[in-house]
Amino acid sequence: MTWETVIGLEIHSQLKTKSKIFSGASTAFGATANTQACAVDLGFPGVLPVLNQEAVKMALRFGLSINATINKNSIFARKNYFYPDLPKGYQISQFEIPIVGNGVIDISLEDGENKIVGITRAHLEEDAGKSIHDMYDEFTAIDLNRAGTPLLEIVSDPDMSNAKEAVAYAKKIHALVQYIDICDGNMQEGSFRCDANVSVRKHGDKLGTRAELKNINSFKFLEKAINLEVERQIDILEDGGSVVQETRLYDSIKNETRSMRSKEEANDYRYFPDPDLLPVAISEEVLLEIKKSLPELPTEKKLRFVEKLGLSSYDAEILTSQKEVADYFEIIINKGADAKLSANWVMGELSAALNKNQVEINDSPISANELFSLISRITDSTISGKIAKDVFKLMWEGNGSVDEIIEKQGLKQMTDTNALESIIDDVISNNLDQVQQFRDGNLKLLGFFVGQVMKATQGKANPKQVNQILNEKLTEI
Amino acid sequence: MMHNLTIAEQIKGLKSRDFSSLELTEHYLSRIDDSELNAFISVTSEQALTQAKMADSILAKGNASGLTGIPYAHKDIFCTKGVKTSAGSKMLDSFISPYDATLSEKLNSQNMVMLGKTNMDEFAMGSSNENSYYGSVKNPWDTKKVPGGSSGGSAAAVASRISPFATGTDTGGSIRQPASLCGITGLKPTYGRISRYGMIAYASSLDQAGPMTRTAEDSAIILNAMAGFDERDSTSANKSVPDYTKNLSKSLKGLKIGLPKEYFSEGLDKGVERVIIQAIKDYEAMGAEIIEVSLPNSMNAIPAYYIVAPCECSSNLSRFDGVRYGYRCDDPKDLNDLYLRSRSEGFGDEVKRRIMIGAYALSAGYYDAYYLKAQKVRQLISEDFKKAFKEVDVIMGPVSPTPAFELGSIKDSVSMYLADIYTLSVNLAGLPGMSIPAGFSDNLPIGLQLIGNHWSEELLLNTAHQFQLKTDWHNASPVD
Amino acid sequence: MSLDNNKVKEIAYLARLSIENSELEQSTKELNNILSLMDQLGEIDTGDAEPMAHPLEMSQRLRDDQVTEDDLSEEFQEIAPKTGNNHFLVPTVIE
Repeated sequence: MTWETVIGLEIHSQLKTKSKIFSGASTAFGATANTQACAVDLGFPGVLPVLNQEAVKMALRFGLSINATINKNSIFARKNYFYPDLPKGYQISQFEIPIVGNGVIDISLEDGENKIVGITRAHLEEDAGKSIHDMYDEFTAIDLNRAGTPLLEIVSDPDMSNAKEAVAYAKKIHALVQYIDICDGNMQEGSFRCDANVSVRKHGDKLGTRAELKNINSFKFLEKAINLEVERQIDILEDGGSVVQETRLYDSIKNETRSMRSKEEANDYRYFPDPDLLPVAISEEVLLEIKKSLPELPTEKKLRFVEKLGLSSYDAEILTSQKEVADYFEIIINKGADAKLSANWVMGELSAALNKNQVEINDSPISANELFSLISRITDSTISGKIAKDVFKLMWEGNGSVDEIIEKQGLKQMTDTNALESIIDDVISNNLDQVQQFRDGNLKLLGFFVGQVMKATQGKANPKQVNQILNEKLTEI
Repeated sequence: MMHNLTIAEQIKGLKSRDFSSLELTEHYLSRIDDSELNAFISVTSEQALTQAKMADSILAKGNASGLTGIPYAHKDIFCTKGVKTSAGSKMLDSFISPYDATLSEKLNSQNMVMLGKTNMDEFAMGSSNENSYYGSVKNPWDTKKVPGGSSGGSAAAVASRISPFATGTDTGGSIRQPASLCGITGLKPTYGRISRYGMIAYASSLDQAGPMTRTAEDSAIILNAMAGFDERDSTSANKSVPDYTKNLSKSLKGLKIGLPKEYFSEGLDKGVERVIIQAIKDYEAMGAEIIEVSLPNSMNAIPAYYIVAPCECSSNLSRFDGVRYGYRCDDPKDLNDLYLRSRSEGFGDEVKRRIMIGAYALSAGYYDAYYLKAQKVRQLISEDFKKAFKEVDVIMGPVSPTPAFELGSIKDSVSMYLADIYTLSVNLAGLPGMSIPAGFSDNLPIGLQLIGNHWSEELLLNTAHQFQLKTDWHNASPVD
Repeated sequence: MSLDNNKVKEIAYLARLSIENSELEQSTKELNNILSLMDQLGEIDTGDAEPMAHPLEMSQRLRDDQVTEDDLSEEFQEIAPKTGNNHFLVPTVIE
């Protein structure tokens, strides 16, 4: 079956402004229902919208970071439909002329390949309130705190051809909006929402009918939902049926998608420019100022890590995917630590410990400075890499600084050649059979001898020296 | 009699303690009580008396600002905190506004006295004040005739001297036309001059508030208090407010007055034409130069307006859904039932018609042919005026093609719409326009329209004031 | 462009208005009357005129990102048709 999948993503990213996009009410999460919905948010007769400067700046930051065209005079338009959590009976959005036009972003796929995904547009709009259906039996309860929160809707080109690519794209955008500090990326709280448009076709055919998938609040579910939908559509088409253009809700408990009944009625949104708002003029000066204020973006940072620090593309990708991780890593590098060694420690031991304990890197009990110290002690041979792992564990549990722990636990690496030679002589004389086997050609036994030496020294012997001395002594007759 | 004094005279009277604000207020409240014109939806007597007493104490201290203690009537389209604000509709019959419109705040801060909220065509849609949930308003000159609309209550109140002035709003002529039909002075300023925040929206790109008074001088005094930038209104112009009373006395010698040839054609009532032509002659006598101009797209204003306004209003009125405030139907079975019945029961027929026209014109496939096309026509109309104002300073003509007509005599919408021909283009172009009393025909008042370029309110008021120094029409009264 | 009864019903629903069947004929007539007025627009040659959305040539003013509104939910909910537990209530919606 040569079915091709075509996927486009629409991502709604809540901008982390203090106040709403068109009113001065607070956007803070978690407030008591309707305490952050002012007259403008409630759509009282006579109220009017005034545009939040920071929302505009954040949209521009995004546009510049994906090298997009910026529309210097974008227009707000009304999207008209009736729903109880949409107070005015229309949503203020952007239609024909969005603030951000075409852009691109490159994503890394699992096989290490890069893919460029086009972004059709990104526009500003206001979020709706929340409808709660299970508070009462005969009523739906409406909380309008969220109404008016600024959203940046990011629309991709239908460039993705499987669920994994879609997830890679979503993750890239997720990281980027946090990198440039416009969104906190909290999918559980709903500040980053992904909708997927999915269709299938036989190779060479024109685009199939697409279905829109909503209510997906994790990357894991995004992948599942897309795969389910592709299967569903293929099944329908192979049975001779046709796919209906509709919106489907993903149910993570039942692991299925189902049609959204209420939105099935064709919605004629009757878009027209909002007469209460004027064209948003963006000057060259403002763009330049914002461009200057952008941090080094992930793509640039990754390139620098590869070219200047000599890291592999794979390692650089991981280290730059989250700004906090990149920042942590750079503190260590900037103090002079070896890049590769530092990369291994951050991606290895530290990452594992953070994951196991469900801690964010910013809350790590081992600071970047402290990890730097640990790595230095490996580099200057005070301890071996293996011992360093034990020290790491003790540091994590709060047992003091690197040097304090090494001292207290007596973990200093043994590097005295005479002492080592003496111990090695003992090991050799106690294992003459193995010595004979080694000299007869069983070179793998080197590991056995190293192990014996480590046992005798409680792991503190410098492995490099041990290897060297053992080789000398075992090969001399 | 106090009610025959102009605002300018009342201000002097209060200052020199000829009478108090309380006396003035009680006088008006009593006249309102006796009036059978149905000009008011709510009379806020208790609040008014409190405000009057407060004003008197400020006046007593000697540091009162100009309008302290002056009573006024407020069109029921402006939100007034703690006071019913109905927009003439059953939909908002129970709506006690939880906030004040900027304009309400501004007038309150002047320590003025609000007598009540005036009757109006529902949601400002109408030209006769026959579309109100609260019943028609009667023209004080002939109670079988309409006062005009949508600011019919305000016009009738000022004309019958039950209020020294009233606020009005004008989207397609709703200040100027009732002013003309009731024989008072009405001013619609340049779009953006007065804040729209808290003014229940009909057509956002056309709506503008303005004063309705007996004289141009009073209009200038009130405009000083109403005008100004408001940061809560994105369409509010950040332009300083001059003292509109300063240049009222300038001579009109050399003033170039344009008469659009398209305004003097067949549809114009002979009586109206006679009055207008005489008024023009009066201006000539004052030293003005009369020049013929052409506004070729004048007739196109009707279809353009009756697309733009319904489109904007169909969207503006979507918020009236019975969910957060206003009318909700009894026992809604489900959400759809809630919407359908609340809206169908809450809105009157004309409002429903315009909402449907607007929804249709914006719907898929019709946007280009209607809304977009109408906005292009709007551009042409605007350019007509731009060209004309290169040659003249003020444009003059009729306000309404006929004097006030019989209540109930115009039954179909289109006939009503066609009567707006002289006023609509002014809103489409965002220009300032005035109607001043210029004479009578069949014992009914006829207004002269003055149209100026953007931000030329001073010139308009000056032009109007000079006419009122030379003529007496504005002093005529239907009551003693 | 003339509307038939069905189209009028469609448009009414779009605007969440209902028209009694007994009034449908009349409503359709009235709307068509107004439409013929609007259709005059089709005969106007607008050349290359740009659509005018606003009478004034202004750009959107921007406000500072500050929280300026207090919690007035109690006052606001006092005038609401139906509330419960700080929420606005409507008949149950099935998604």
